[in-house]
Amino acid sequence: MKTSISNIIDRYGNDPVRLMDILLDIQDEIGYIPEEINQKIADQVGISKAELVETVSFYHFFSDKPLGKYTVYLNNSVTAEMMGREKVKQTFEEEAGVTFGNVSSDGLIGLFDTSCIGMCDQEPAAIINGVVFNNLTPFRVKEIVNSMREGEAITEMFKQNYGDGNNSSELVKAVVSNNLRRKGPVIWDPYTPGEGLQKAVSMDPSQLIEEIKNSNLRGRGGAGFPTGLKWEFCTKAKETERYIFCNADEGEPGTFKDRVILTELPKMVFEGMAIAAYAVGAKQGVLYVRYEYKYLKKHLENALEELRKERLLGKNIAGKKGFDFDIRIQYGAGAYVCGEESALIESAEGKRGEPRDRPPFPVDKGYLGKPTIVNNVETLAKVTKILKNGSEWFNTLGTKESTGTKLMSISGDCRYPGVYEIEWGHSIYDILEMVGAEDVQAVQVGGPSGTLIGPNQLPRSLGYEDLGTGGALIIFSESRDLLKEVVMNYTEFFIEESCGSCSTCRNMPVLLRDKLQKILDGHGVVQDIDDLLEWSKTLKISRCGLGHTAANPIVTSILNFRHLYEKRVLRDREFETGFNLADSVRESCEAAGRTANI
Amino acid sequence: MSKPVLATTSLAGCFGCHMSLLDIDDRILDLIELVEFNKSPIDDIKTFTKQCDIGLIEGGCCNSENVHVLKDFRKHCNILISLGECAIMGGLPAMRNGIPIKECLREAYLTGPSVTANTEHIIPNDPELPMMLDKVYPCQEIVKIDYYLPGCPPRADLIWETLVALIKGTEINLPYEVIKFD
Repeated sequence: MKTSISNIIDRYGNDPVRLMDILLDIQDEIGYIPEEINQKIADQVGISKAELVETVSFYHFFSDKPLGKYTVYLNNSVTAEMMGREKVKQTFEEEAGVTFGNVSSDGLIGLFDTSCIGMCDQEPAAIINGVVFNNLTPFRVKEIVNSMREGEAITEMFKQNYGDGNNSSELVKAVVSNNLRRKGPVIWDPYTPGEGLQKAVSMDPSQLIEEIKNSNLRGRGGAGFPTGLKWEFCTKAKETERYIFCNADEGEPGTFKDRVILTELPKMVFEGMAIAAYAVGAKQGVLYVRYEYKYLKKHLENALEELRKERLLGKNIAGKKGFDFDIRIQYGAGAYVCGEESALIESAEGKRGEPRDRPPFPVDKGYLGKPTIVNNVETLAKVTKILKNGSEWFNTLGTKESTGTKLMSISGDCRYPGVYEIEWGHSIYDILEMVGAEDVQAVQVGGPSGTLIGPNQLPRSLGYEDLGTGGALIIFSESRDLLKEVVMNYTEFFIEESCGSCSTCRNMPVLLRDKLQKILDGHGVVQDIDDLLEWSKTLKISRCGLGHTAANPIVTSILNFRHLYEKRVLRDREFETGFNLADSVRESCEAAGRTANI
Repeated sequence: MSKPVLATTSLAGCFGCHMSLLDIDDRILDLIELVEFNKSPIDDIKTFTKQCDIGLIEGGCCNSENVHVLKDFRKHCNILISLGECAIMGGLPAMRNGIPIKECLREAYLTGPSVTANTEHIIPNDPELPMMLDKVYPCQEIVKIDYYLPGCPPRADLIWETLVALIKGTEINLPYEVIKFD
């Protein structure tokens, strides 16, 4: 062991709030978090062992067992399936001699599934020992497993060039592609760090908030809450110790635009955080990044360091006396629900990423119980540009209700998957033309928590007036089996990612999945379709957005593609369970060594 | 007019729900005025002799015999009611559902610490014995169930009120304290 456990914990001042960092470092050091050291960690940071285990057991990428010298996390999102994941998976299993969910007997290779890793435009993709491998094919898998057997270092296994832009920089060295297809007028308007901040510090904080309100900027994470209003709420909170969070836990399958912003323009985001800090008087910021983007860590830290040198972070920022603000980077460890702002804050405090009851909202009681602003990566990047170019300029872009632009992550059946910055107001039809999509059967707007729409809705336009979105479009051609390949995959995703806190979200998606499976197996009846719709309503009493939207794949596909369900259900009976006595006694008869007698 | 016909059975249950039926106390005398019993442990009629109006099912299905009885009830009863936790959700017997049936049988008959007499090391396999299902199924996963009476057991008043309402066609009187889920 290079570093002792206590040194790692010391590194974070024995602070239980920094438990995520401590656990991530231990996992890096040992490869897993052995049960034997739980008590030691708990004692040193001053929490109970039970509290420690609560956190460790919550996150997908923490493990209490060894995961193999090489740990493969193969993405199982719908686009991965569409681009040939099944063959890649099989090849991994054949070559490594172990099935998914297990480690090979020699301890060399562990194979695991994982939810969307933000590479939907370059699937199938996997994270192996923290390094992203994209566009996998069975041939590549054979090469990779051979390299593992020869004991090569993971970074020596690349056979292709590094990706475009900063992906090939010394600090990133990733084969990831930006696939930046369209540079729009806001994010990709020329940028020099500091221009926005200089403008900001020339104003009063209240003027600054007014400027953001005038821009009509709304949160780009998906919910679309007015940014200026959120900031104003925060200034009205009693406590003056305040925090700025940037939400880079981009976990919605099909979304990967924040990855490109963080790769190419991290300073623009950090500058936006500093502007927000000036507006509400915060001294400390946290960029919460999903574990899947760990390969960007050095790059992001370097950007922070450069900003400090440029006097855009630290003390007396941009020459403004008394304006002190700095940012730390907090990595997650694999949990979709942490994209929900209160869960994200819990996680950044070293706890399970379970959403809090609201109110109070984070602007009143957030990080460490203090007023906290949580904004999306794209929102904060836009803040910087609004300050630079003015709110009037921003209002000239987009539509009345939806000003400015939106970064779209587009994937699935189209010629040019990737990231597009477009003004709000374009129709889905326009966008499909732009990305080279043909024979479109359906489009998933906004990822699994969004809406599945059909060809008759393609004239609908993107914007809060009609189709608001966090920016994911996944396109499905006529050749796809929507229910089996898409709706089922999304429903499984919600089952996997539920934090389990609300019984509705813990149980109902499982019941819905089973009912959908029953229909797919040919045992469904008309009543089942109505049951799916009716039962889904109970999810609305869940605590957070994950629960509220967990039935969306099923509900929106029934609303817009009911015929696909009707086609599969039995018409000649009102009731059918699909129960098969012969199947259900097979195992016990085998065990007892008798012939089934039905 | 002939009296409505009632049938009852206990599948993978503990007969607690039937005990609760007896718990209606002296109203049992009213009940036999109101209905005629057919297949039921109450009168010990073993096979259906006619079509019934109401069937009460206690317990879920853990073996092939339960399935046959349940299907027979569905065939012979116009209204079928799941009575109690086990019929509705599998109940205590369903605690084995997380364990593969082969493992359960091995533990019970071959490797368990209390297994001493099974010198031949066999898992019972007489053709006369019902076959175990891979898991315990609640009744509605096998046949259509019309009504569900929750509880472990359902309160006697709940059973009584339900039967009276069904037989007389009146509205059911269900004060809060009558419906319990445990």
